Amino acid sequence: MAGMVPDQTPATSGDGYRRVVGPLLLPTWAMIGIFLVVPVALMAVYSFLTKEFRGGVDWQFSLAAYDQFFLNRGLFGDEPPVMEWTYITIFWRSIWQAAVATALCLAIGFPTAWFIATRPANTRGIWLFLITIPYWVNLLIRTVSLKFLIRDNGPLNEALMGAGLIDGPLPLVNTNLAVQLGLFYSYLPFMVLPVYAAVERYNFAYSEAAADLYASRWVTLREIVLPIVKPGIVAGCLLVFIPSLGAFLAPDLLGGAKTFMIGSLIDEQFKGSLGNWPFGAAVSMILMTLVMIALLVYARSTAKGGAA
Amino acid sequence: MSDAIDIRRVVKRYGTFTALHGVSLTIRDNEFFTLLGPSGCGKTTLLRMIAGFEDVTQGEILLFGQNIAGLEPDHRPVNTVFQNYALFPHMSVLDNVAFGLKMKGMAAGPRRARAGKMLEMVHLSAFADRLPAQLSGGQQQRVALARALAPEPRVLLLDEPLSALDLKLRQAMRVELKQLQEDTGITFIFVTHDQEEALTMSDRIAVMSAGHVQQIGSARDIYEAPVNRFVADFIGETNLLEVEVASVQAGMARVVLPGGQQVTCPSATDTLGRHALSIRPERLSLIAAEGDMTATVERVVYLGTDLQLLMRLDGGADMQVRIQNSARTDVPQIGARLGLRIEEGAARLLAD
Repeated sequence: MAGMVPDQTPATSGDGYRRVVGPLLLPTWAMIGIFLVVPVALMAVYSFLTKEFRGGVDWQFSLAAYDQFFLNRGLFGDEPPVMEWTYITIFWRSIWQAAVATALCLAIGFPTAWFIATRPANTRGIWLFLITIPYWVNLLIRTVSLKFLIRDNGPLNEALMGAGLIDGPLPLVNTNLAVQLGLFYSYLPFMVLPVYAAVERYNFAYSEAAADLYASRWVTLREIVLPIVKPGIVAGCLLVFIPSLGAFLAPDLLGGAKTFMIGSLIDEQFKGSLGNWPFGAAVSMILMTLVMIALLVYARSTAKGGAA
Repeated sequence: MSDAIDIRRVVKRYGTFTALHGVSLTIRDNEFFTLLGPSGCGKTTLLRMIAGFEDVTQGEILLFGQNIAGLEPDHRPVNTVFQNYALFPHMSVLDNVAFGLKMKGMAAGPRRARAGKMLEMVHLSAFADRLPAQLSGGQQQRVALARALAPEPRVLLLDEPLSALDLKLRQAMRVELKQLQEDTGITFIFVTHDQEEALTMSDRIAVMSAGHVQQIGSARDIYEAPVNRFVADFIGETNLLEVEVASVQAGMARVVLPGGQQVTCPSATDTLGRHALSIRPERLSLIAAEGDMTATVERVVYLGTDLQLLMRLDGGADMQVRIQNSARTDVPQIGARLGLRIEEGAARLLAD
């Protein structure tokens, strides 16, 4: 075969091309290596090492971290193993909190993005600018400020009591709602910006065509607008959900013991001598695996939907 | 014949800009009616007001006797073929066509059957499962047509539907559209800036300019009996001569041509003084003898079917003459001085 046909490899994949482009790709490979492969690999390796009591690790292979996550062997580790629910409960709560925060972001972010995208073109930049201004302030400061706003003698409760709407202060701090609000406030722009980009590209002639064909406004939104801007909504939801899942500032500052989330769990493992690095790494690996599986399932379902 | 649409003194203002200055016109049932005019004349605004996409600032729009000015678009029994089709990009061709039927509450079975029939009508049955992006421009245009016709509207609105197609396809679609309109018996309101489209398809045409209707009539009416300079100039080509009116009565005027000769012609005005006289280039013939006017050939332009002669009258005005390009035609020499004869009744005195 090779002797019969003259070489017809296109110039873009020939040796010459590789000689030129190969070195030019080095910075990209270096970036991916240093900032993606090495950290994830380190985390994966650490999760299989033995805990060192002053923090850090002993370079000795161990499954103890995963064992601790999934199995309960009693206080002294000598009982027959049973399923350990503590950490799974924390995972489940985190997923729920992140999902509520994402839903809140979508409920507020979609109308906001729609509003901005339907302003005259020369004023849209100003609205987007206003959306991003609060995010110049450090996340910690913003989260603490939110706590001051919603605490028992904070402005929100005092205003509500002053208006005679409630008799005593609403206990907001240290509740799930407070954490959800905190996450919502932390990540709202990550919803607004991609949804805005999608709505801005939306051709409003489609809405006119739908109305012309007897669709009401709600039906037009459901059948025409949402399916067309869906990529922006999905992007926004991922950008809010994933960091919310691993967040620790909002749950630490606004929540209590009952609102403990994965982020805080991981955070604790790397603090001082009480930490457990292999366990922290294992929890991170499990979290990352879950997110990856969810993304793959979603990607496959949309790929099938698009082909049908 | 009853009236499908009755537009009564409709005004449209955008802030301080007035797009329509009290337009009134009636469109009969089963009619192919065209709104013709240059861009910015208000024709699309008027169409969008009928569809319900623009509010009516003042006036009434009656659809079969019912005032629809306050109705939302989804409550008007009219459908639109949009300029760039606006086919739903995430739906198959069949689902696009079936959308209006679905919104009207038709069950899935009959809906798909009817949508399939509509696709058959526009020769696109083989493409039912494609997405709009997988079709050519001409095919998308047909889908848009099928989609708008599927719910059996009483009036179909077409907003420059052919402007995105290439010339051959456009010419073929003209014939098809007219055929479709005659077969379905639906009233078509067609918006275009292309006079040839308007002349070839329409039962009647409203020529619009600057937010006013200038003239309404059949293709023959507006071409052969334009009322004013704008219509005469916009529809086809014409020679506009400034002439003195010697006498005028009962729609006929006696005018003095630049050479001093006098002719009698139909008149759109009943006042004396200076007015514009419109003479179509193909209604002038060249004669060796003294004609109604005398002119010198300055340039001969070869157009294939015709020859266009650019001539200068003895008085100084330019004249265009069109003669058929046949084997028997004597092509005049540049510089030749020839008589021009106006065909009987072909000149027309304009109001303004």
